[in-house]
Amino acid sequence: MIDQVQRLGHETLSVLASLGRSGIFLLQSLWAWPNLRTGFPLLMKQLHSVGVLSLVIIVVSGLFIGMVLSLQGYTILVDYGSEQAVGQMVALSLVRELSPVVTALLFAGRAGSALTAEIGLMKATEQLSSMEMIGVDPLRRIVSPRFWAGFYSLPLLSMIFSVVGVWGGVLVGVEWLGIYEGSFWANMQAAVDFREDVVNGVIKAIAFGFVVTWIAVFQGYDCVPTSEGISKATTKTVVYASLAILGLDFLLTALMFGDF
Amino acid sequence: MDQSSDAIVRIRGLTFRRGERYIFNDVSFDIPRGQITAVMGPSGTGKTTLLRLIGGQIRPDAGTIEVDGANIPDLNRRELFDIRERMGMLFQSGALFSDLSVFENVAFPLRVHTRLPEDMIRDLVQIKLQSVGLRGAVKLMPSELSGGMARRVALARAIALDPDIMMYDEPFTGQDPIAMGVLVKLIKSLNRALGHSSIVVSHDIQETLSIADYIYLIADAEVVAHGTPHDLLAEESPKVKQFMQGLPDGPVPFHYPADDYLSSLLDPEVRR
Repeated sequence: MIDQVQRLGHETLSVLASLGRSGIFLLQSLWAWPNLRTGFPLLMKQLHSVGVLSLVIIVVSGLFIGMVLSLQGYTILVDYGSEQAVGQMVALSLVRELSPVVTALLFAGRAGSALTAEIGLMKATEQLSSMEMIGVDPLRRIVSPRFWAGFYSLPLLSMIFSVVGVWGGVLVGVEWLGIYEGSFWANMQAAVDFREDVVNGVIKAIAFGFVVTWIAVFQGYDCVPTSEGISKATTKTVVYASLAILGLDFLLTALMFGDF
Repeated sequence: MDQSSDAIVRIRGLTFRRGERYIFNDVSFDIPRGQITAVMGPSGTGKTTLLRLIGGQIRPDAGTIEVDGANIPDLNRRELFDIRERMGMLFQSGALFSDLSVFENVAFPLRVHTRLPEDMIRDLVQIKLQSVGLRGAVKLMPSELSGGMARRVALARAIALDPDIMMYDEPFTGQDPIAMGVLVKLIKSLNRALGHSSIVVSHDIQETLSIADYIYLIADAEVVAHGTPHDLLAEESPKVKQFMQGLPDGPVPFHYPADDYLSSLLDPEVRR
């Protein structure tokens, strides 16, 4: 009994310590924003590897999710003779929920784990230490550009996801199943509100981008520098980030759409 | 400690613990300017920790570490990064940046700390690489280098800013005899040619003895012996003798502390 209480206390303390470390780490990385001359090329490079290289998975997933939404919506709505509402359904579910959430989950798996593994491996091979000894702050040089790249990329990717998803919906709904094109688009245009739906979806994506990238770079920087430690840290990134995304999504949804 | 008059690193009362275990317990010594000082001792005695303490990557529990008069543990982050520009460190693994070519690796310190024009950086990188004999490898990536070559490129990078102090962390470990010979020659010739002070942390006795001007032997969290290579070879204390001659058993026992062997074989309680 005493043992269990002791273990619980120990676990709690280590979780709190880790939270504290990650908070300090976040502040230091935000503070260590590199100057324009050296920072801009670094940021561009990271935007490429974190953002541009995630495009394929985002576009393909967006396309298929749009197509599936359209197909599922059609089979249900056609019974009530209201298949024209498929456009509205696809657009709303994508813009409000699926784009930010699925993009963030895919982003955590594709880019987040890569960030953790990269920084962790740099730590294990003493690259971070050697950078410190050369007199360069690794927070400024390594962590900060990666953090900002993730922060900027995710909302953009989420918007691309929405656009491709709607297009996938059109492909199935209009081109294949023969919904009248005019009512498909007109319903969508009437139902989707820019401020209420689009902006809120982007705000979600910004919040997810912040949290996912924070978790990813922190886990890499804080990992035990062995092969086992890096694999654990990578797993943690994907698990923690996914849980954080889903939990945060509920919270944000309640705040944004919860006033009945 | 006779060189205290002109020491580049002055360590007083240094105490450092990992958990309950003392890595250093009230250790004091000096690193003389312009010479090659070796810090030797068995694995796990905190030789690498000592270099990290001098570089300010970790902080001691007590004591002072003065580098040219500045006490490292007292410096803030900014001042630490400034003083590190005057230190070069060769890591055990080389620690080259794996996403940069050999040229960019050596040019890295120059690019971040100076605003030299590109053609001057190119010349400086060539000079540094020529001094370690790898000017021909300038276009290669770190993954294309052998272990010995990677360490030499890392050495060229470490001396890029002409540091006052060069620290070598186990430079000879895991090297073939030829690479080892090259490194021994390089450490010695660079020290003479560039006039910096060198700290070599190692447990390779022959190689270290051949280049060191002065040696500190660390064991059990303290300095157990110090002197010139000649002094240490003549030392009679059993601890020093065991290490210098590489004897398998002695004050440092062959066996890790354990229960009585016979009873652990026979007693079913202990076997579980």
